Amino acid sequence: MTIGTGHYLVISTALLLIGTLGVLARRNVVIILMSIELILNAVNINLIAFSRHYGHVTGQIFAIFVITVAVAEAAVGLGILIALFRNKGTVLADEIDLLKW
Amino acid sequence: MLDAVFFYTFALMTLTGAVLTITRKSAVHSAIWLIVSLLGVAGLYLLQQAEFLFAVQIVLYIGGIMVLFLFVIMLVNLDEAAKQRQFNNQRWIALGCAVIVGAEILYVLAKGTASLSLPAPAAAPAAGGNTEQIAVSLFRDYLLPFEAASLLLLAAIVGSVIMAKRRA
Repeated sequence: MTIGTGHYLVISTALLLIGTLGVLARRNVVIILMSIELILNAVNINLIAFSRHYGHVTGQIFAIFVITVAVAEAAVGLGILIALFRNKGTVLADEIDLLKW
Repeated sequence: MLDAVFFYTFALMTLTGAVLTITRKSAVHSAIWLIVSLLGVAGLYLLQQAEFLFAVQIVLYIGGIMVLFLFVIMLVNLDEAAKQRQFNNQRWIALGCAVIVGAEILYVLAKGTASLSLPAPAAAPAAGGNTEQIAVSLFRDYLLPFEAASLLLLAAIVGSVIMAKRRA
């Protein structure tokens, strides 16, 4: 049985859903940020799979840009997290409800 | 055959790591399982002949982002959070939504399988290795986005320093 592009798409789907579930269901902000990394990795698997599928390198270029954005997101997100913990003393997402009515 | 073995090994690594990342109580355990998951993804890149991205994944994600995560986990006191319940009240709705979206995507994938069986790529791969091709494409066709990415990174550096700084 040969492994085709479809296999990679299924793996990517599963990874995306696990990441989404982590973002939606966890309370700890650190783990929510890790789940976002999982989602971005799912996107990258897709890009690489199609890059191979079409024999074209553009997908890999876009994967590099996605990684760049992921790095920027992680740095700023963790900076916000530190500021948040200093001000509120908690990292649980549902206890940070200052803007909630 | 060997291809399939490697694929399933890396896929198993990726998915097991991901599931354990979002279910572990301790954030440090989550981070370590996330490393396993990212290694699996790196393996999948290698199988897809994206050698440069394989290296980038290991150096940047596992070497860079994960170290950043572990630093923050140790800066922020998470012992208190680990003792409380880990999932919020909307977890079952979230699970339901994820299952529905997954069913949708898999349905579309199953419907579109025929269009995925393209003939072998017509154009023979350009000369040079993977890294060389990426470099040519990045610095010739995508030079402007590349420079924009450098601006983004500069903004992120300044932003995260200001965020994490004590009161100005």
